Amino acid sequence: MASYNTNEFKNGLKIMLDGDPCSITENILVKPGKGQAFNRVKVKNLKTGRTLERTFKATESVESADVEDRDVEYLYTDGEYWHFMEPNTYEQHAADRIAVGDAAKWIKGQEGCVMTLWNGQPLSITPPNFAELSVTQTDPGLKGDTAQGGSKPAVLETGAEVKVPLFIDEGDVLKIDTRTGEYVSRA
Amino acid sequence: MLRNIRAFFEQRGVLEVETPLLSSSSSTDPNLNSFATNYQRNELYLNTSPEHCMKRLLAAYGEPIFQVCKSFRDDELGPFHNPEFTMLEWYRPGLDMFELMDELGDLVRTLEQNHQPCGLFERSSYASVYQRVVGIDPHTATTDECRRCAVERGLPLPAGMGETVDEWLDWLMIELVMPSLATDRYTFIYDYPASQAALANVYHNQQGQVVAARFELFYGKIELANGFDELRDAAEQRRRFDRENVERSARGLRAAHVDEYFLNALERGLPCCSGVAVGLDRLLMILSGAPVLEQVLTFPFRRI
Repeated sequence: MASYNTNEFKNGLKIMLDGDPCSITENILVKPGKGQAFNRVKVKNLKTGRTLERTFKATESVESADVEDRDVEYLYTDGEYWHFMEPNTYEQHAADRIAVGDAAKWIKGQEGCVMTLWNGQPLSITPPNFAELSVTQTDPGLKGDTAQGGSKPAVLETGAEVKVPLFIDEGDVLKIDTRTGEYVSRA
Repeated sequence: MLRNIRAFFEQRGVLEVETPLLSSSSSTDPNLNSFATNYQRNELYLNTSPEHCMKRLLAAYGEPIFQVCKSFRDDELGPFHNPEFTMLEWYRPGLDMFELMDELGDLVRTLEQNHQPCGLFERSSYASVYQRVVGIDPHTATTDECRRCAVERGLPLPAGMGETVDEWLDWLMIELVMPSLATDRYTFIYDYPASQAALANVYHNQQGQVVAARFELFYGKIELANGFDELRDAAEQRRRFDRENVERSARGLRAAHVDEYFLNALERGLPCCSGVAVGLDRLLMILSGAPVLEQVLTFPFRRI
């Protein structure tokens, strides 16, 4: 198994920690003056998304994680799996609910997504930054009703619920920022 | 800053010297990696500090001397490390470690004049600070004791920790001791474990502990300087170099070329003296309130 020495550590490097693939987000060299050097490292667990902090003895080696990103197109879901295809090779990948995570709320078909593979298996899906989705259900907005801060809930065609301005009607197509889950504008 | 340093030492009768940055020997310290280069077919190394050459001058002339020069350490890059950095190093025949701490304090006060004053100077022995922060006696502690301390505090242990106490003490230093140092003042830590003497004398302190006559200066958790009552025993120095080379081999590092010129100088006789090395980039970072070293460098390492 390939491994990295601590002096190869840099942001974005994928390593195995406690059996999970992680990505380094911060790496700081610390020394007690003279003496042993350590790397204080922040990593993001790519399975859980949680950030954790670890200290490594400098010159230790750490197992690398076989993680890679691929550009894929979303095809469809059968309810259990979400199916994606690599446009160049037509290779298909099926991601389960855990791997798809929140991305399921923003994709309906044919979007270009980034699929992160770990040992060839889908680990996570990153949807496009902006999605265009139509409103399937929302209450009519009452003019002058600003008690809710001028917004109301709306359900989109993918089932996602977002806060929208009062003037939005059913059937409107909206632009949503998938990173924050917020309404941007009418498309 | 450089002008003020030169004025400070001129006033005190300390002579400025310049010594070669290239050397035919490399650092034996297992925690330091020297840059290597070539002259024709001979491998030469960039100095990790000017210590050996300056001590050769001391052995020859016995005068107080100082130097501002570049030093080079491979694999050291981070918010507070640059592989190439500026070091101020000086030696004082006749002064002991505590008198040299006074002088270093005076120098820092002088350099603060164009900046915000950064706070008081405090002194703690290595043993007292470990006792207070970690709850162990570092001069008698075992690796088991250190491990227990970490486990009690829920600190995740770094992978690959071995059975050398110094490695554990170093780790506790960066995890617990350094972060505990007051952030608004300077702290001298002195009387290091005898096993961490490097090029310092080992002596019996007032508490009867056998310790290294070595000190470090910190500002908050940033280390600024390291000083010694200098070891003058050539045979002991050779034993330490050899031991360090054994440790280098055990870690899979290249054994260093031992500096015979330096050992010869010790054999001829070094005056009783103390010396200290200050990381000037770091000191400037503290004095100017910069959060990272890069801000006080003309060009950061990634742009050279």
